[in-house]
Amino acid sequence: MRASWSPDRQVNRRLAGRADARVPVGLVIPSVVGLGLLLLPLAGLVARVPWSRLGQILSSPAVLSALRLSLMTAAITTAVCVICGVPLAWLLARTELPGRSLLRGLVTVPLVLPPVIGGVALLVTFGRRGLLGEWLYETFGISLPFTTTAVVMAQSFVAMPFLVVAVEGALRTADRRFEDVAATLGASGWTTFRRVTLPAVAPGVLAGAVLSWARALGEFGATITFAGTFPGTTRTMPPAAYAAINSGDVQTAIVLSLLMIVVSVTVLVALRDRWVRSG
Amino acid sequence: MNSVRVLAVACFSAVALSSCGADSEPTGETAPAPTTSVSGTVTVLAAASLTESFEQLGEQLTAEYPGLEVVLSFGPSSGLVEQVLAGAPADVLATADTRTMGNAVTGGAVEGEWEVFARNTLTLAVPAGNPGEVTGLADLAKPELRVAICEPEVPCGAASERLLTAAGVTAAPDTLTTDVKEATSLVSLGEADAALIYRTDAAAEGAAVESIEVPEAEEVVNDYPVAILVHAPNPDGAQVVVDAITGESGQAILADAGFLEP
Repeated sequence: MRASWSPDRQVNRRLAGRADARVPVGLVIPSVVGLGLLLLPLAGLVARVPWSRLGQILSSPAVLSALRLSLMTAAITTAVCVICGVPLAWLLARTELPGRSLLRGLVTVPLVLPPVIGGVALLVTFGRRGLLGEWLYETFGISLPFTTTAVVMAQSFVAMPFLVVAVEGALRTADRRFEDVAATLGASGWTTFRRVTLPAVAPGVLAGAVLSWARALGEFGATITFAGTFPGTTRTMPPAAYAAINSGDVQTAIVLSLLMIVVSVTVLVALRDRWVRSG
Repeated sequence: MNSVRVLAVACFSAVALSSCGADSEPTGETAPAPTTSVSGTVTVLAAASLTESFEQLGEQLTAEYPGLEVVLSFGPSSGLVEQVLAGAPADVLATADTRTMGNAVTGGAVEGEWEVFARNTLTLAVPAGNPGEVTGLADLAKPELRVAICEPEVPCGAASERLLTAAGVTAAPDTLTTDVKEATSLVSLGEADAALIYRTDAAAEGAAVESIEVPEAEEVVNDYPVAILVHAPNPDGAQVVVDAITGESGQAILADAGFLEP
């Protein structure tokens, strides 16, 4: 979508420009403090990057396997979030499900839940002696903790609510008359969803997918609690950075942090245009 | 399973508020305050394996010195040393091996001598009932078993490496835990079939964890050193805590927990 240039906007610009001249000190000082709190740590991190050893650390097996695992699991998680989250958002936005508002509240619980608690919940549910995990293990011999599958489950647990919230918001603001028209023209519910609804909320889906991806990439607490941490199978970048800093290997921790910042910022910038509009 | 660490972090972040730590009531009126000058907050960073013993000791000290508040923060020794070197406002550091304490000395956080106050050995821990039918260290190499071992940088991980080398076993762990308490939790939850943890941690779990005798374990002994930190905000209080740890009351508690004498 292309931004339209309207007279309203010009007026807004001028007003904004004029207001710049007399910004109250009471607003400037807290802004600067806030900005410092947000940006100084990043600057501090970059300042401590061991540039001379960067290549060596980046190409170390520990960093490479963590990067590969992080990118892979975050991509799978995003797919899981889209495949399950979009229909869920549609259900919450478009149907008269009984207890829908309660369900909507419950779906967003992981947004505010500390991830470690999510990990504990996953462990006691899907662990080998968990509520469902015990049955899975006894019946099929499936044991989820300490596997890459567990990493994806932990990431999906914390990331999917972001997608559901974004897509549900888009569905609520989308014009439903197009769907009604499609229905009157004889389109089935599935066709309407696929050909009319989905294209209309595509920016919302994209925004939600990007948020989920970023959240999955940074996931730490639920992962380390439910999936454990072992190089190659479950040690994604955040646990690898944590292990490095705990073992006194500050340089590797910094390089891993830098890598995560670069990867996240690159993706966000690449998607910025659509991202901003859909937000 | 991370409750110990969560609590430790909560305590740690509450240092500034000095509202956390040994929260128990004094156990009796019989304890008079021998010296009146010691008061304030003493922050003790201690290896995860010291959790139960130090909590008990902290309660005793609070009863003995009403003006003293002992704040305990537990974690992997290597991580605690990193915290100290990064400027964590702590008074006393107790680690699970001398290598991590050595790093604190090299980093300038500890001056001079440390004192070894306890020793500990490893055990092969399995969940109650031994579902994985583990019989010895050699089973740790079986890929079908879920095995938890501490990170190699953490004292229990370093000790595990030495033990496995001594036994000539190449283990196939499924997860490397941040500290010994995490490995202990995985065994007591039944999510790990076997783990190498300290004897004392296995004992603290009671019936939920069984120990399998490992002959080589006798040879791999960790010395637990304690020291007062250079930048201790409360050196007098720190001295009281260190005296208690190395003195009769502390030694009795540690012996009860299964630690070996220094």
